[in-house]
Amino acid sequence: MTLVTARLPLLQVDWETLLSVNLPTLLFVIIGVPLVLVAYIVGFDVLVRRLPKRSQPSVRPWVWVAPAIAFVGLILVYPMIGTIVRSFFDRHGDTFVGLGNFVRLLTDHGILIVLRNNLLWLLLYPGLVILFGLLLAVLSDRVRYEKPVKSLIFMPMAISFVAMAIIWQFMYYYRPPDVPQTGTLNAILVNILHGQPQTWVQDTRFNNFALILIGIWGGTGFAMVILSAALKGIPGELLEAARVDGANEMTVFRRIILPLMMPTIVVVGTTMVIFALKAFDVVYVMTAGNYNTDILARRMYAELYNAGNYANASALAVILLLAVVPVLIFNLRQFRAVEARR
Amino acid sequence: MSVATAAPPAAPPIRPQAARTRWSQRLSGQISNAGLQVAVLALTLAWIVPTLGLLINSFRSGGAFNTSGWWTALAPPFNFTLESYRHVLGASDLAPSFFNSFMIAIPATIIPTTVAAFAAYAFSWMKFWGRDWIFLALVGLLAVPLQLTFIPLLTLAVHFGLTSGNTILGLNAGFLAVWIAHTGYGLPFAIYLLANFFRVLPQDLFESAEIDGAGPVTVFFRLVLPLSVPAIASLVIFQFLWVWNDLLVALIYVGGTPEVAPLTVTLTNLVGSLGQHIEYLTAAAFVSMIVPLIVFFALQRYFVRGILAGSVKG
Repeated sequence: MTLVTARLPLLQVDWETLLSVNLPTLLFVIIGVPLVLVAYIVGFDVLVRRLPKRSQPSVRPWVWVAPAIAFVGLILVYPMIGTIVRSFFDRHGDTFVGLGNFVRLLTDHGILIVLRNNLLWLLLYPGLVILFGLLLAVLSDRVRYEKPVKSLIFMPMAISFVAMAIIWQFMYYYRPPDVPQTGTLNAILVNILHGQPQTWVQDTRFNNFALILIGIWGGTGFAMVILSAALKGIPGELLEAARVDGANEMTVFRRIILPLMMPTIVVVGTTMVIFALKAFDVVYVMTAGNYNTDILARRMYAELYNAGNYANASALAVILLLAVVPVLIFNLRQFRAVEARR
Repeated sequence: MSVATAAPPAAPPIRPQAARTRWSQRLSGQISNAGLQVAVLALTLAWIVPTLGLLINSFRSGGAFNTSGWWTALAPPFNFTLESYRHVLGASDLAPSFFNSFMIAIPATIIPTTVAAFAAYAFSWMKFWGRDWIFLALVGLLAVPLQLTFIPLLTLAVHFGLTSGNTILGLNAGFLAVWIAHTGYGLPFAIYLLANFFRVLPQDLFESAEIDGAGPVTVFFRLVLPLSVPAIASLVIFQFLWVWNDLLVALIYVGGTPEVAPLTVTLTNLVGSLGQHIEYLTAAAFVSMIVPLIVFFALQRYFVRGILAGSVKG
């Protein structure tokens, strides 16, 4: 990679259009859209009041949920069904091929690596995010500067995966062994551990782990915040009583803290599993799926945009859905259990 | 510990054995406390080093950080410069895409929040046929991968001319497509979060308002909304950050069109040409992080509350 210090092309920013068209539109939307929605609710309520008193309660709720149902139906439900149907047709969308797309995709040699990578994400990302999140929640609970520590670790949550990927480009940056390393990891490796610099992102032995580490760095704060709230919900007397009875900190953690936090850990875990399955940005920005790092979501994007193969893209999306189904069912059961306790 | 103990047994005389135990306990306590502090500080340091490195590099001249690591800048002579920032803000695609990010994120926050508030009110305080099943379906949709919607939605968008090539009333239609898409994608979580909050509002309030003759519209705007400001605030922050940081939806619906591209897309293109523009990438990344970081540090409390409301109850 040559490091040319070239200027970006001087692009003439069309500020006139930006400010004369887009800005007024933005203001118009900010004020106009809520106004339209409020007018809709108020207007329809006037209409509902005209109805006989008896039928009002059965009509009114639909006025309130109609916009949401329309959006969800149009943006989520209709396309979902469309994609599932589409996955059984050929790439032109007119010949029914049954499971043909799936068979072709799953017998393709390249897909095995994609599935393996997804499995790696699925196992490592939620597991390590919870491990670090729990560790940080428990440890930071015992120091006086808990708040700033949690703030700093939580911070990556606020930034985009694209920014995270750029941040980590500089962590993983590689230069040949005969020049000073500028990437943080290689500098540590060469200057402190006296090793050889590694191409973290390209080397197929560990580049998947390098990418997953970026995700873990970004997601741990989320897990930590939730787990920390659950930890603080454990009554102090309970822990005190155990300590008075002679239990050491490890026993207190294993026998009391961990079991009481289990429900929360499960919830964080399911959220993380969904994140892991949907992972896209990090791989897209760091390697574009090269060097054996491709995952389902990015492959689907490539089939859609680069290859224009709607049959393959639909089938990949359906595979992604099938992978989520167990989590989805678990989520629903969890939700109903909580509802039943209300 | 227990208050009920009336007469504590007389303290046994301290034997040297016991005293030593206590002293060694205190020592080991101090050691483990020191270990704790070191562990927490080390983890925190490990967490901020990546960001810190980028931040420092963004204030160095391009030539400097191509040849030496960011840590060398921490020793004198301190050669810091705003060159990269000046360039990025002055003369690249980044300035218009900064504007585009607002153009996308603000409506894509307002619309779903409003629509979700209406629906959440109905789900938590009105009875209607199929209510619980529809709500359950929404919870199920929380886990569905967005990838499943792209192909039919793109076809629809093209059919109705909602692509970045068209303009509607002077506005690039690509914006409309992204707003609508983000509204649909954001609604299940938004409704879920708000309904969880609305339904624990005290029932007496609603009853007394009803006795006073207030209709549902009045109750919603005069009671529910003012009482739910914390929940709405956390939803607004969530949705705004999610849209601002989104890459995939923007890529799908506005593709590579620079007039509509938000910061994430422009940044990704910069990464693609890393060899040439590496010195601006640092500043560009920080420019993209400024807004979310301000939102995050200023409104962290609401953000955390939103996460807790959205996850712990799930």
